[in-house]
Amino acid sequence: MSPKTLYDKIWDAHLAHEAEDGTCLLYIDRHLVHEVTSPQAFEGLRLAKRTVRAPDKTIAVPDHNVPTTPGREDPKNMTEDSAIQVAALDKNAKDFGIHYYPVSDVRQGIVHIVGPEQGWTLPGMTVVCGDSHTATHGAFGALAHGIGTSEVEHVLATQTLIQKKSKNMKVEITGKLAPGVTAKDITLSVIGETGTAGGTGYVIEYCGEAIRDLSMEGRMTVCNMAIEGGARAGLIAPDEKTFAYVQGRPHAPKAAQWEAAMAWWKTLHSDEDAHWDKVITIKGEDIAPVVTWGTSPEDVLPITADVPAADSFDGGKVGAAQRALEYMDLTPGQKLSDIEIDTVFIGSCTNGRIEDLRAAAEVLKGKKIAVKRAMVVPGSGLVRAQAEEEGLADIFTQAGFEWRLAGCSMCLAMNPDQLAPGERCAATSNRNFEGRQGRGGRTHLMSPAMAAAAAVTGKLTDVRDMM
Amino acid sequence: MEKFEKVTGIAAPMPLVNIDTDMIIPKQFLKTIKRSGLGVNLFDEMRYDDNGNEIPDFVLNKPQYRDAEILIAGENFGCGSSREHAPWALKDFGIRAVVSTSFAEIFYNNCFKNGILPIVLPQEAVDVLMKDAEKGSNARMTIDLENQVVTSSDGEEFSFEVDSFRKHCLMNGLDDIGLTLEKAASIDSFEAKATQARPWV
Ligand code: SF4
Repeated sequence: MSPKTLYDKIWDAHLAHEAEDGTCLLYIDRHLVHEVTSPQAFEGLRLAKRTVRAPDKTIAVPDHNVPTTPGREDPKNMTEDSAIQVAALDKNAKDFGIHYYPVSDVRQGIVHIVGPEQGWTLPGMTVVCGDSHTATHGAFGALAHGIGTSEVEHVLATQTLIQKKSKNMKVEITGKLAPGVTAKDITLSVIGETGTAGGTGYVIEYCGEAIRDLSMEGRMTVCNMAIEGGARAGLIAPDEKTFAYVQGRPHAPKAAQWEAAMAWWKTLHSDEDAHWDKVITIKGEDIAPVVTWGTSPEDVLPITADVPAADSFDGGKVGAAQRALEYMDLTPGQKLSDIEIDTVFIGSCTNGRIEDLRAAAEVLKGKKIAVKRAMVVPGSGLVRAQAEEEGLADIFTQAGFEWRLAGCSMCLAMNPDQLAPGERCAATSNRNFEGRQGRGGRTHLMSPAMAAAAAVTGKLTDVRDMM
Repeated sequence: MEKFEKVTGIAAPMPLVNIDTDMIIPKQFLKTIKRSGLGVNLFDEMRYDDNGNEIPDFVLNKPQYRDAEILIAGENFGCGSSREHAPWALKDFGIRAVVSTSFAEIFYNNCFKNGILPIVLPQEAVDVLMKDAEKGSNARMTIDLENQVVTSSDGEEFSFEVDSFRKHCLMNGLDDIGLTLEKAASIDSFEAKATQARPWV
């Protein structure tokens, strides 16, 4: 047998049909659904008198536009259009008999946090969701990617997706990370290196010592942003850490099935001499705590750097950088660490898990914020409960942070959590696009520890100076 | 789905690189539960000021491009989220095809599901078409899917690649789900085997 990559292995195990022209039907093991990209898909099913083929493999949770303030179980406390979308999901989940975590359930949260937390996401699976950050689940060695609403409908009706195989790309992070450097710095640095289109046409497998050393949560942070590098999906081969994380979760296999699953999961790694279409290697020691300065996730620099000049770029990027500098109101040559911040947002499917909150709280302990407002939005109700139990919530509130309920919140600002025009935010989310966090809002992406440091000083700050 | 065979129309130039889905359709318009009516909000934040008035400089607000059916765009068009609202908004505005050197994958996929043809051409070709589009409404381009050719207003031709299955679906306005359901027997037998091999799924 010819040597295979992890992606090849998962692909082969899910190939339900291959046409002569190479168009494939890939079988889908888990379909995650949220309120924003699914209403039209369920409506399409109804109109065509179709049904959900595998309701037991379909899991829904409202997250994108739910408020993160108390009282949200009452639709009167949502904007009218949000309430309509949430009510539509309630009804669709019930009508089609799919698994559902309503806002009133403590297990509710961001779909990409809930899936792994509940053990829905397992190694070797195919996982899709009408959301680009489905890449997150790749941390388990699952082939996971975002799809559009037409494809959501296709998966609901057929439990398959029409696909062509992507190419294989290896991103190796060798050696150890320096203190103060996190999974977020890895994933942002990779995008800084490859650009936002560098992964287009590929599935990325992240490997190397620095990746192995990450916790499962750190690995989720890395895979989460594979999409920002343009890749269809990001993958990390499962290992003992993966198995330990999965074991005992509500929907993880038990007893004899656990043994059978483990036997297969242990084969899920790229073969020694597998073929790679593209390889990128970065030394872990070379990665610094980074921030973004512009309006694309590729606009990333070490916190010790200066704001770049537009003409330091090539081609179409010159115009884009010029536009970004104007939008962000930055001057070339200005030190990144001199940029003043109005707001801090800690949360999202990139960095809304318990370890992220611990890292931020560690920096904030006994300190006060020096920004106008700061909020923590835990990724799920269970993360929130855990943080309260560990005393993290107290650290945040004593520092001056708002302690919110779970959801996407200011990551995409579909709910009332938005930036005002010109407001500048240090955010742990994944996109710094124009208007992403509110029209005219300015976003700098960074790790939770860096965001906490910015909250304390009121400026973009090198967290290593506070350690 | 509307068929795509041949389109002759006005092309609007949008040379900016990395035009993301938040620019194409900002999130406040994702709260709809319908697929239609998003055209007025296409490129909302670039197209209207804070008071909702049109920004005259924005390309689609210029008289010569208001009826554009084709966009010529900078690289990595459609990056960002999976929102199908982006092609819905383009389609609702009247855009039938987008030409660029590269597209983000999910957006590229979503176009085909909505009767929009995304065309990848090399930089030199996009440069020529961008210049052509800058000439305004007299410069009508033709996109011929059957022969896989874009023709500029001066008659210069550029051939492009497109996946044969997608071309077939687009030219015939076919519904993917219907096609896949014809293969239900293959899915059934795959599912039975997979359940045996991986019962924990
Ligand atoms: S947290 Fe942000 S990126 Fe993640 S699913 Fe929600 S909106 Fe998307």
